Amino acid sequence: MTDHDHDHHHHDHDHSELSDTELRVRALETVLTEKGYVDPAALDLLIQTYETKVGPRNGARVVARAWADPAYRARLLKDGTPAISELGYAGRQGEHIVTLENTPALHNMVVCTLCSCYPWPVLGLPPVWYKSAPYRSKAVKDPRGVLRDFGFELPEGTNIRVWDSTAEIRYLVLPLRPSGTDGWSEERLAELVTRDSMIGTGLPKQPHEVA
Amino acid sequence: MEGAHDMGGVKWSGPVQPEPNEPMFHAEWERRAFAITLAMGMPGGWNIDMSRFAREDRPPEDYLSKSYYQIWLAGLERLMLERGLIAPDEIEAGKPLHPVKPVAKTLTPGDVARVLHRGGPTEREAKAPARFATGDRVRAKMIHPPTHTRLPRYVRGHVGIVERVLGCHVFPDSNATGAGENPQWLYTVTFDGGELWGEASEPGLKVSVDAWEPYLEPA
Repeated sequence: MTDHDHDHHHHDHDHSELSDTELRVRALETVLTEKGYVDPAALDLLIQTYETKVGPRNGARVVARAWADPAYRARLLKDGTPAISELGYAGRQGEHIVTLENTPALHNMVVCTLCSCYPWPVLGLPPVWYKSAPYRSKAVKDPRGVLRDFGFELPEGTNIRVWDSTAEIRYLVLPLRPSGTDGWSEERLAELVTRDSMIGTGLPKQPHEVA
Repeated sequence: MEGAHDMGGVKWSGPVQPEPNEPMFHAEWERRAFAITLAMGMPGGWNIDMSRFAREDRPPEDYLSKSYYQIWLAGLERLMLERGLIAPDEIEAGKPLHPVKPVAKTLTPGDVARVLHRGGPTEREAKAPARFATGDRVRAKMIHPPTHTRLPRYVRGHVGIVERVLGCHVFPDSNATGAGENPQWLYTVTFDGGELWGEASEPGLKVSVDAWEPYLEPA
């Protein structure tokens, strides 16, 4: 019984905490709607946009095109914002995008130590870990430790370069194209591109993982 | 300001814990809090730097005990309270109790795509030449403003190299206080790991921040 009581209590505690915030948000939305400051239909559309249209598949298409098209790659690395806009991705939290090229000797990793800056038009909204204290504190000091938290090691000869997004410049990592993908279409290449590989906390999938 | 939000290099971190197949929002209230925050920017009239300051300017124990969207919510409430758009008793009651303060514009569904696509570019025409050039050695100033700044503590006092000149951008330290955009040259400044963290730094590490000209002095 003791275990059961404990579990039950814990559950109630979590539930009531959640409810306090939930009730407060509902109260706010009601007040702001009745005052005419927000239109619930606009709120629905904002949510729908970020849940269905804006996400890391956008960035994956950018990366895949850069892998497949040397002229596009050159434009993307020279000035990211217009090159990304060619694919239709632009705007809020991606007004000024710089693309960072990984090489066998250099691995780029992006963080925002002060808040949660992240290139929304190409990656969507940031995951919880990106906004968390562990990532924000550790990335600039112990990036290899961060990569171990993500389950991989870089080769000894690969140096790490960390970009702290302290201004309105947003960073997109262009990961190394996996070998064994010669002649692949952009669509197939895009399937290899993970969100984390474009932040620098992961690597692209290998061809056998998407076969 | 010195706050718990300025986390670079602090020791109390623990492992990063990625969540497999993480949903974009973890509760319905997060969806609504996110959308209300974005939508209120238009009638509220504040800028992104004011928003960031409203989120970070709180006691460390408060900042660290709130989830991400709870911080957004607290920041939004503060901005609205400061401008008289909402009163504490209205949040408690869940209904308007005071006269509506007129606002210039609200966000309609028809605005959403255009407003998101336009975003808020921060680059402005330069009024003066850039003081620094690529390759220059610069020191991040040892400053501790009580107001908003985007110079993280872990680089203050340290010497780096200007890697990129990024143009002239809205200066957050001014914009956050309502003192105007006051655009300043912005640079990517790159520091060696050893300069920031000493001999214990991992070999070959380089870390950069984007720093406005007033944050920097020649070194």
